[in-house]
Amino acid sequence: MISVKKKGLLGDLKETLIKRLFQTSGLLAIIALLGIFALLLYTSVPAFREISLREFLTSTRWDPTSPERPEYGILSMLASTIMVTIGALFIAFPLGVAVAAYLSDVASNKVREVVKPVIELLAAIPSVVVGFIGITLIGPLIARIFKLSHGLNALNGSLLLAVMALPTIISISEDSLRAVPLSYTEASLALGANHWQTLIRVKIPAALSGIIASLMLGLGRAIGETMTVLMATGNARAFPHGFLQSVRTLTATIAIELGEVPYYTTHYYALFALGLVLFIMTFAVNLTADIILEKHRKKLQ
Amino acid sequence: MRTKLVAGLKKIMVGMLTGAALLAAIGLIFAAPALAQRKMIQVKGSDTMVNLVQILAEEYMAKKPGTAIAVLGGGSGTGITAIINGTCDLANHSREWKPKELDLAFEKGVRPRIFAIAVDALSIIVNEKNPVDSLTMAQVGSIFRGEIKNWKVVGGPDQKISLYGRQSNSGTYSFLQEHVLNNKNYSQDVKEMNGNAQIIEAVTQDLAGVGYVGVGYLYDEKGEIRRGIKVLQIKKDENSPAYSPLDKEAVYSARYAISRPLYHSTSGKPSDAVADFIRFELSPEGQAIVEKEGFFKVGRELMEQNEKNLR
Repeated sequence: MISVKKKGLLGDLKETLIKRLFQTSGLLAIIALLGIFALLLYTSVPAFREISLREFLTSTRWDPTSPERPEYGILSMLASTIMVTIGALFIAFPLGVAVAAYLSDVASNKVREVVKPVIELLAAIPSVVVGFIGITLIGPLIARIFKLSHGLNALNGSLLLAVMALPTIISISEDSLRAVPLSYTEASLALGANHWQTLIRVKIPAALSGIIASLMLGLGRAIGETMTVLMATGNARAFPHGFLQSVRTLTATIAIELGEVPYYTTHYYALFALGLVLFIMTFAVNLTADIILEKHRKKLQ
Repeated sequence: MRTKLVAGLKKIMVGMLTGAALLAAIGLIFAAPALAQRKMIQVKGSDTMVNLVQILAEEYMAKKPGTAIAVLGGGSGTGITAIINGTCDLANHSREWKPKELDLAFEKGVRPRIFAIAVDALSIIVNEKNPVDSLTMAQVGSIFRGEIKNWKVVGGPDQKISLYGRQSNSGTYSFLQEHVLNNKNYSQDVKEMNGNAQIIEAVTQDLAGVGYVGVGYLYDEKGEIRRGIKVLQIKKDENSPAYSPLDKEAVYSARYAISRPLYHSTSGKPSDAVADFIRFELSPEGQAIVEKEGFFKVGRELMEQNEKNLR
């Protein structure tokens, strides 16, 4: 009797309600995104009443509290962010794809079922813990290897970010390698290719867009990461000349300065302008990743 | 029948529970103001002062049960901003108010009152293995401006100087910039650390490191100078003798060149609860704690100023 009642008028109502609920939550995400963008734009525009756009984009000096002359150039921080991120991917991407290939093609089912969740668990380590490891373990190690007086530099940040980007890269690359239709592999093997040739010349090219998307998502993660780089890279404002130099990224600058800045001053608005730059960077990277993934999906269908 | 009865009972139970929860929630809403009436003092600001004020607050709370004082760090700028925005009762700051901040406060109708509760001798520290023992004020300024880049120049080994400092919201950062760097920019190579303790940690590990911290941070829990660091003696100029910030007499007689008062600020006349706490800090008992923590007592002139501001 009860089950009949559910399919009645009340059940229909319930279904519509639930549908609406999901629809609203979906819309809410879009509204939130637009809202954040609008807020960032709205709060960063007043900065340019006092800062010339040219100085903002081309000067390498950032010193808003300088007693001589406040300076608002983002170039050093932009370069630092890009450097640390690229460095991280340089380490994480080859390693990540290699692990993904191993998991999808070489490892037995048993091994995969253990290793993959463990790797994904790596993403669950809080960034402040990773940063702590950077200060106490990786830093002194770098100092000893390169005979430096300290190890708080871009290389330290890159290494840590690589560890943090690995789970994304491995997980998505492995998924896309496994999504390559079995017929591809069978055809390749039937033509006399061995496993290595099949992997390198057939499977990886077929899964390439998925692998590149994993790279882009890892990139997005690395650009936005704050706590780890704040702790491990030393936070010196100078323009970076090498990986063994202390650097200060966009995210670190916002985190360091926003807590104390007097509200509604040029410095305050300038920090939001930094946020806008960061938002545009991560948005572009994630959008590219999405487009590539979508193409990949269509291709395999 | 029986199942119906059980279901009915369940319904009643759920109803009762919901009712109870509602009542509890309403009760909480009404109880909240009563809770707030307990004297709660929110203190915020200078990282240099956070340990000192925390200890003073603990002693005070032990003597006056029923008061609650929460002490947060974040930097002098954070504390002053909080007073301007009305988000704390008492600000700690290790530098004076900037004209800009005063303007902002007056705009918002905040009339800050300032109390000096202790004196700090700003200490320049290096790694214990560094052979350099003393520097002139001018040399410290040049080092942090990035003009002197090698320890060789000031009588040390041929090694690049590795600079450690605080973030720009730190009172210590501003104080050093104003009084030692002569209002010039810091070097862009200064590594910005999050607090005094981080600077000490970094200099302990870095043979070429140099940093600046409040004198209270030089001591460990046992009241001994921390291992791994060396506290430099400072000369006013080339020809004057060098004094250490650990030398009480030199600090009290102002022969140690970089000492500064540590301040509290309130928005307008302090409330009774806050004024009572400040009185405790300025009492001989409070000042004894200040000395025990490695800082220095407030001199007579500043004390008289404090008395005026309390009224």
